[in-house]
Amino acid sequence: MTAPILSAKGVTKRFGGRFACRGVSFDLWPGEVLGIVGESGSGKTTLLNCLAGRLVPEEGHVAYETASAGTVDVHRLSEARRRLLARTEWGFVHQDAREGLRMGASAGANIGERLMAIGARHYGEIRRTASDWLTRVEIDLDRLDDRPTAYSGGMRQRLQIARNLVSNPRLVFMDEPTGGLDVSVQARLLDLLRGLVDSFHLSAVLVTHDLGVARLLTHRLMVMQGGDVVEAGLTDQVLDDPQHAYTQMLVASILPV
Amino acid sequence: MIAMSPVLRVYGLHKSFVMHAQGHLALPVLRDVALDVAPGECLALVGPSGAGKSTLLRSLYGNYRPQGGSIRVHHRADWVELVGAEPRVTLDVRRHTMGFVSQFLRVIPRVATVDVVAEPMLRLGASPDEARRRAEFLLSLLGIPERLWQLPPATFSGGEQQRVNIARSLIADYPVLLLDEPTASLDTANRDGVIDLIRTRREAGAAIVGIFHDVAVRDALATRLYSVELPGASPMSTET
Repeated sequence: MTAPILSAKGVTKRFGGRFACRGVSFDLWPGEVLGIVGESGSGKTTLLNCLAGRLVPEEGHVAYETASAGTVDVHRLSEARRRLLARTEWGFVHQDAREGLRMGASAGANIGERLMAIGARHYGEIRRTASDWLTRVEIDLDRLDDRPTAYSGGMRQRLQIARNLVSNPRLVFMDEPTGGLDVSVQARLLDLLRGLVDSFHLSAVLVTHDLGVARLLTHRLMVMQGGDVVEAGLTDQVLDDPQHAYTQMLVASILPV
Repeated sequence: MIAMSPVLRVYGLHKSFVMHAQGHLALPVLRDVALDVAPGECLALVGPSGAGKSTLLRSLYGNYRPQGGSIRVHHRADWVELVGAEPRVTLDVRRHTMGFVSQFLRVIPRVATVDVVAEPMLRLGASPDEARRRAEFLLSLLGIPERLWQLPPATFSGGEQQRVNIARSLIADYPVLLLDEPTASLDTANRDGVIDLIRTRREAGAAIVGIFHDVAVRDALATRLYSVELPGASPMSTET
């Protein structure tokens, strides 16, 4: 069998004297979507940032299997290499789209920028691909030259996804991608994400506090509490047969509709 | 006729539920369950409500996690252990070898019925055209009117959703099929259609384990019965 695309061993990060995440280990295999769930403050986002090399853990390491250059230790890469990786082989979808977009540039430029970063130079070609992606994330083409400041929250989030996926990444990190959106907007975004992950055979790590989102998008789950992973398994196992007291409490707290 | 060798072998299976919010109350449900199922067989799980039939079936699918014992399934010309298996192993078994028909369809928002049904076949690498044709064939066989095929099944009736679910679970010709009340909310005509479809699968060599409360359905499909009982005599229902 092939190698894991991402492999974490004993990842530990403290803020002050407190553990934000402690001793987290897992292998992510190509095509898998791993969800990290837990309440706010449980360490989900810190772990995600450690995995993506945006934070350096005090202990442990994260290995990434690159497309062509073998395995690299995410935290030993030079800043330039890490940035290159982040622009080419990875995507990072922020909860707040403003962090992931250039708000002063047009939607088309937001998508085109990623393409130029990987070497695209032909203006017509870039514009055509940008239009293509705008359609794919269900944004009207006549909004191509608008800035994201003129977009609704749901549209901004879809634009951020297009900007991330246009360069054909292999691994995408997502931090609460549907957080703060209306339920109907959320459903549309989830459906879109699900289709994209499937059709591009993406590997992904998704942080969410919403177990419904986790059920729909992920194959596997890790449940975090106070910085520790208290339970892990297939998503349906964890949600239908929760073993840990904390997971049982989380599952029992879902509001039925 | 020479009996086929089993493709699903279970022994010593233990499963309890521990409810932490109820003072760590432990409810033993399965103890020392052992069974074998061969191609062309349909094993019907029987026993009173709450005896653990669904728990057993869900454990076989890797949905519930038993504390001990073994569930081995013949998967891609090899034997795979499902108790304690890594997620990707269980997922691969589900993709290629085991289908599960539940009473309820977990609806995916905004996806058209025909695509919901076609999806498992697409994942196995079928062409979109082929998967779609087969999905349409199954939907018409199960009496879902053509005008509904392009709509998401969220607003369908219970019986319609169940038939969509059956079509989705049967589209991929799994060698092992697990059926949890596949005809629960169907009228007689639709029930008979489902029976025919499952019987065809059995005769084509699928190994089937099912729960059928409807005796007529059980009689039509089962080749053997397996009695499920709670360990000890507990007055409480333990099924979720």
